[in-house]
Amino acid sequence: MPRTLFDKLWDAHVVVPETADAPAVLYIDLHLVHEVTSPQAFTELRQRGLPVRRTERTLATLDHSTPTLPAGANGELPYYTAEAKMQVETLRRNAAEFGVRLYDFGSGHRGVVHVIGPELGATQPGMTIVCGDSHTSTHGAFGAIAFGIGTSEVGHVLASQCLLQRKPKTMAIEVDGRLGAGVSAKDVILHIIKSIGVEGGTGHAIEYRGSAIRGLDMEGRMTLCNMSIEAGARCGMVAPDEITFDYLRGRPLAPQGADFEAAVARWRALASDDGASFDRVVRIDAADIAPTVTWGTHPGMGAAIDASVPADDDAQTVKARAYMGFEAGEALVGHPVDVVFIGSCTNGRLSDLRVAASLLRGRKVHPRVRMLVVPGSEAVKQGAEAEGLHEVFRAAGAEWREPGCSMCIAMNGDLVAPGQTSVSTSNRNFEGRQGKGARTVLASPATAAASAIAGAIADPRALRADQ
Amino acid sequence: MNPITRIQSTTLVLPQENIDTDQIIPARFLTTTERTGLGRAAFYDWRYDGEGHERADSLLNAPESRGRAILVAGRNFGCGSSREHAPWALLDYGFQAVISSEIADIFRSNALKNGLVAIVLAPDQHAELLARPGIELCIDLESMSIRDPHGWRAGFTLDAFARRCLMMGVDQLGYLLAQRAAIEAFEER
Ligand code: SF4
Repeated sequence: MPRTLFDKLWDAHVVVPETADAPAVLYIDLHLVHEVTSPQAFTELRQRGLPVRRTERTLATLDHSTPTLPAGANGELPYYTAEAKMQVETLRRNAAEFGVRLYDFGSGHRGVVHVIGPELGATQPGMTIVCGDSHTSTHGAFGAIAFGIGTSEVGHVLASQCLLQRKPKTMAIEVDGRLGAGVSAKDVILHIIKSIGVEGGTGHAIEYRGSAIRGLDMEGRMTLCNMSIEAGARCGMVAPDEITFDYLRGRPLAPQGADFEAAVARWRALASDDGASFDRVVRIDAADIAPTVTWGTHPGMGAAIDASVPADDDAQTVKARAYMGFEAGEALVGHPVDVVFIGSCTNGRLSDLRVAASLLRGRKVHPRVRMLVVPGSEAVKQGAEAEGLHEVFRAAGAEWREPGCSMCIAMNGDLVAPGQTSVSTSNRNFEGRQGKGARTVLASPATAAASAIAGAIADPRALRADQ
Repeated sequence: MNPITRIQSTTLVLPQENIDTDQIIPARFLTTTERTGLGRAAFYDWRYDGEGHERADSLLNAPESRGRAILVAGRNFGCGSSREHAPWALLDYGFQAVISSEIADIFRSNALKNGLVAIVLAPDQHAELLARPGIELCIDLESMSIRDPHGWRAGFTLDAFARRCLMMGVDQLGYLLAQRAAIEAFEER
């Protein structure tokens, strides 16, 4: 019987099959760990006297609570709170005690967990990958089953390298045709979530398919899969192809030499069979996708940038509009902006920074706007600086920071003030996500850069036309 | 974990749809390395103003809300981040069960692992509970049903494994560790 890619990967990782009485025991190939969701799991192991079962399949880094300003004159990093510092030190201690590799400050590889997994080549096709973080779906871009777990499950994987899981349903999202100029992967996923809703994917594993998806580079595919959770899906994936293999070739943790070619031969088989059936299929025409932004307080409340804020009067819309400070029927373009944030595991990679820099080169950030550019990892930072992108951002009046989650989750002191509007390349616009009372408009790097220049929500296509 | 067979309480209703885990516990409380004492942070920005004073208009602060163990919430409860701090905070606040017509996958999984009974009801029955806040309900895991004292009844389903763990008060890690032989055999393949 023809099988989907998801079915193939699932079947290959079942240790004990699912029954009516018990979920499957599923083997996990790669476990990523960060400081926020792991302390209680290590405590559990310690209390039970358990080791980490497979340290070579476990990889840790520091990203959420870390400052994005460099160490001060005293050599101390400017942690936002003593608790944040203690959380970082706790992971250091746990990693040392349990023998887990930690990409710490100064390693050259520290960064947002979903940025460093792929760039190290740890993320590979055919794997099962988990992390105590919902945006683990990012790694599905390589043709892997990758999903977020809670802290109890972090403990399960540390101790047993397995998880108890019921098999989700499958869903194909097919995007065919050519994306218009100025339309990026971020716009594609915001358009998809707007179309299927924030619970449209609940209980499902999504496979993104179609010519527009095949045409995306790896960084675009990661942006797309990253936000699968924002549609409620368990995970999202793209079948691996030459673009995937080219990306991985030569990465430090990928197989090397002849081993790599052997791996590629195996990876080529990782695709849904012709005639494989999905529980649900959604078709989207690439030509219908415009640069898309959100106007409300969840990622499904989005609209094409040249549209206006819905005038609907249902309670949810009214509440979201009031929180965001939008009038019913107001045009999105031209709405004043106070903060622009470029970064996160959605859009904090080198290609994202290049797009933003290309629009900012020779231009200025509007005087009203505070713009923060935060590379997703130390490697992204080095890459951007080698190309001089940091100089472009600084010359335009933006702040160039150290890698981390930063304003995406606002745990480290990088905050948007109450009532301020932030155009952000991150993935969540929930109330208070970027700080209490902060108003978040989700957008692509191009839209964010154009908005920084205009001091208001702006259509990046208009800016390109001026050049 | 204590075994749970039934939960009897009046309901607290939060009718908003899509209550995400950033609302249940804002990110700034996630720097903790413990799992206890998070009840104060539950729905913090709904319960406290900018100066940290209790908001009189928050139902969650009303004296009669304390001790209500059953939360009835609008559709798609618990979406967003995978933070297990969300069920930890709800349990520490005093909730033992949450009922909605749709509950996000990761939240539901986290809740059940911690003894917070997450129940999905059919939309019409969910709507009836939303419309009648503060009623007395009894959730029975044995018969997988919810009743009020006047004869109203709704059935629900719960994953058989999660239900057994809740009713026996056992945690899932023990079960996984008992699969050691199978895991070793898999790793040999
Ligand atoms: S960048 Fe944002 S979404 Fe990504 S891991 Fe960090 S906090 Fe989570």
